[in-house]
Amino acid sequence: MTQPILYALAGAVMIGIGLFGAMSCAHVLRKMIGLNIMGAGTFLVLISLARRTPGPVPDPVPHAMVLTGIVVAVSATALALALLRRYYRETGRTQLEPAGDQA
Amino acid sequence: MGEATFRFCSVVVFATIVVLIVGALGAAILTLPTEASGLKTVVDGSLDRSGAKNPVTAVLLNFRGYDTMLELVVMLLAVIGARALTRGETYTPTGAEADDIDPLLHGFVRLITPVMIVVAGYLLWVGGHAPGGAFQAAAVLAGLGVLLQLSGFPWFRHLYGFAERSLLISGVVAFLAVGIGTMIGPRSFLQYPPALAKTLILLIEAVATVSIAAILLTLYNSGVLRFLEFTRGEMIEQKERPEGVRVEKDPAEPGAEASAP
Amino acid sequence: MMFEILFFGLVVLPLLGGCLAFLWRPLAVPANGLVVVVQLVCGFGLASKVMAEGPLTYEAGGWDAPLGINMYADGLTALMLVMVAVVAAAVVVYADGAISLSDQTMDDQQLFWPINLLLLASLNALFLSGDIFNLYVTLELLTLSAVALIGLVGKVDALAAALRYLLIAIAASLLYLLGVAILYSVYGNVDWQLLGGEFRPDAPSLLAIALILSGLLLKTAVFPLHFWLPAAHASAPTPASALLSALVLKASFFIILRLWFSVFPFQDLRAAGLLLTSLGVAAILWGSVQAIRQTHLKLMVAYSTVAQIGYLFLVFSLAGEPSVAFDAWSATALFAVSHAFAKASVFLAAGSLQYATGSGEIESLAGVAQQQPVTTLAFATAGVVLIGLPPSGAFIAKWLLLGAAIKAGQWPLAAVILIGGVLAAIYVFRVVGLLMLSDPPKPTRPIPGRMQYAALSLAIMAATLGVVTAPALRLLGVDAPFGRAADQSLSVAEVVKTFGSSESSSKLWTSSATDGISEGVIEEASNDELE
Repeated sequence: MTQPILYALAGAVMIGIGLFGAMSCAHVLRKMIGLNIMGAGTFLVLISLARRTPGPVPDPVPHAMVLTGIVVAVSATALALALLRRYYRETGRTQLEPAGDQA
Repeated sequence: MGEATFRFCSVVVFATIVVLIVGALGAAILTLPTEASGLKTVVDGSLDRSGAKNPVTAVLLNFRGYDTMLELVVMLLAVIGARALTRGETYTPTGAEADDIDPLLHGFVRLITPVMIVVAGYLLWVGGHAPGGAFQAAAVLAGLGVLLQLSGFPWFRHLYGFAERSLLISGVVAFLAVGIGTMIGPRSFLQYPPALAKTLILLIEAVATVSIAAILLTLYNSGVLRFLEFTRGEMIEQKERPEGVRVEKDPAEPGAEASAP
Repeated sequence: MMFEILFFGLVVLPLLGGCLAFLWRPLAVPANGLVVVVQLVCGFGLASKVMAEGPLTYEAGGWDAPLGINMYADGLTALMLVMVAVVAAAVVVYADGAISLSDQTMDDQQLFWPINLLLLASLNALFLSGDIFNLYVTLELLTLSAVALIGLVGKVDALAAALRYLLIAIAASLLYLLGVAILYSVYGNVDWQLLGGEFRPDAPSLLAIALILSGLLLKTAVFPLHFWLPAAHASAPTPASALLSALVLKASFFIILRLWFSVFPFQDLRAAGLLLTSLGVAAILWGSVQAIRQTHLKLMVAYSTVAQIGYLFLVFSLAGEPSVAFDAWSATALFAVSHAFAKASVFLAAGSLQYATGSGEIESLAGVAQQQPVTTLAFATAGVVLIGLPPSGAFIAKWLLLGAAIKAGQWPLAAVILIGGVLAAIYVFRVVGLLMLSDPPKPTRPIPGRMQYAALSLAIMAATLGVVTAPALRLLGVDAPFGRAADQSLSVAEVVKTFGSSESSSKLWTSSATDGISEGVIEEASNDELE
């Protein structure tokens, strides 16, 4: 097991942690943190698999993809936080009600 | 009692799903070859024609520049969305006196501001041939903006709505302008002529740096680039002023909403 | 050169318009009007060019894949772009009327215009894209604009629905991105045409397929992942509901369709195809039953969307039989277009009725037809299209699907298609019957003409879509993923003869279908999918 593969596995574990947090926490802010950890894990997988090149220089395309991904994740997080603030201001709640199929 | 068992069951279900996904992912990663160069050789082959010596910058701003433009649009959309959600909000802190900024903080911020601007400029420039670039420089500038706001410096005093909005869209518009320009010449959208590639990349990155910094700062403020106004004895935060109105020395009412243009 | 003009009109102009509409408020509505007109011209222009010359590719940035990003337009792309252009035109006209009515401060509502332009740009960019990472960025752009539109007005239930939708969409996008990451790590490129050529069903690729599909299924709201949809589409402002149900869901479905048939080795994925179809069947039945149970008008329409999305997923197991594959595939595309027109019209009409009666409940609609005849006609016509009566496009699509199911021997699917129509009839006629009662009319507020006629024109277009089936099917034949099967597709030729406008057009269809087939054969020569 080489170093890049080890980092990629660490990224996979991060994805698991983030996904679990996003699914099981009730507070929306914690869900957001979970989703961010999941995103960070995905980026880590991309970057570490890019390091598998024979020479010292890694593959640049996944790096560019990760830069794009970080920006997109930040924008989505910002919008979610703005929504959460407005929702909190209107209702005083920070948890979403479970969405079932209601009549 | 039912609540607790439901919660326990759902946690178990989630944990199982997560373990399955991570296990499958780990197994898949382990089956990958330990050496693979992906697109590195293809990028290296075209690097000298791309206008940047740093391969990541070349990919980001030349080979896959269309993606970068779309991601700037994503940021702009986040700002517009956040702005729509914070309308109608009035927030007037009755804060400390204007002269009450900690002198140590004050002095430190006055020292650090030019340093941060220079660092941002350096990161922008060095992105051409080493790790760096527009996004990194913009992050430093946005950090500077946050620092200034948190320490109470009134630096957005006369930034009116129109100027603020043009700052926010300037990154996307720069990309579109270059793209349209290249389309008018007999080239594809965003296909830079190799002689001009370096200049165009630097131009786009420079405009994008300022624009992204403004966007990040606006997102920090939930959609509005607020500015502080110092009056006699009271620190009032106001949203964008109607265009053409000059800032007066008289204190505005604490509960005033910004009137819509 | 021509493609550049089309690309400019479809992607660059809406982006520029969105920025300028945000910058300077007086520009907002004229920019939308201009973009909508240009989109219609470019959409139909692209469709005719694709029909004449076959699939088009374009290198954005001047670098060919795998280094750069390729755009790709074939028949399916062109049809989707036309769908976007037509629905967007109607929604913009409607929104102009609706915003002038609102009693909120103008600021919030005015932000509809730039967000709408950026939404249209992202839809066009998505349908034209040939690169799966570019699809990720456009998908995120689409999601953020949709969420911004839902939360625009700021009612509490809309905010909660928008927040839930955003969280789920972020998770779904991350799953999709993970799948893309794995595919890049295995194959070394992200261009889906190149991937289609070299795809092998080994373990990492299968995991990538599973991840990409789960992300996209979450976004398309297939049963049982549909729980976020009813609240989001019902509580959004009406123009946003129309855009969401009609267009945004189709975008993620388009990616599934494209990847499944052109990239993934779908012949080896029969079990997964069966799973997708079962989810579709469950969606049809469950969504229709829930729609019947609703008392709130827009919630009913939203559950109807859940049900109708199910029809789109029947193709995944039907495509296993080569003789019916093209039928099922083109029927699905046709159904998507027809549903887009009809559902947008139903939402617009429902929004008008909600405004007119001042209440969102279905009971309050009793006897409204006398005062709002145009809107009632729009709702009834579009509802009839949802049920699937001739000469609507939905009828032809369901007929083709039915034929395909029977020929493939999948009788349960045929039964479900028929039952779905009956259930849709129940919930549509319940509302229409209530509207047409001759109760003493309660006073209703007048609806602006723009709102009424936007809904009506969309409904009429949905109802008469059957008339233009022949050219639509000819368009879809261009570079369809079942080149050889189109030859054997007798039912499509029958459809063309019955509903085509003239004998000559059907002859034209068969001859250019052969052209399309030879194109398809050359394109797929490197694939071993059809073996």
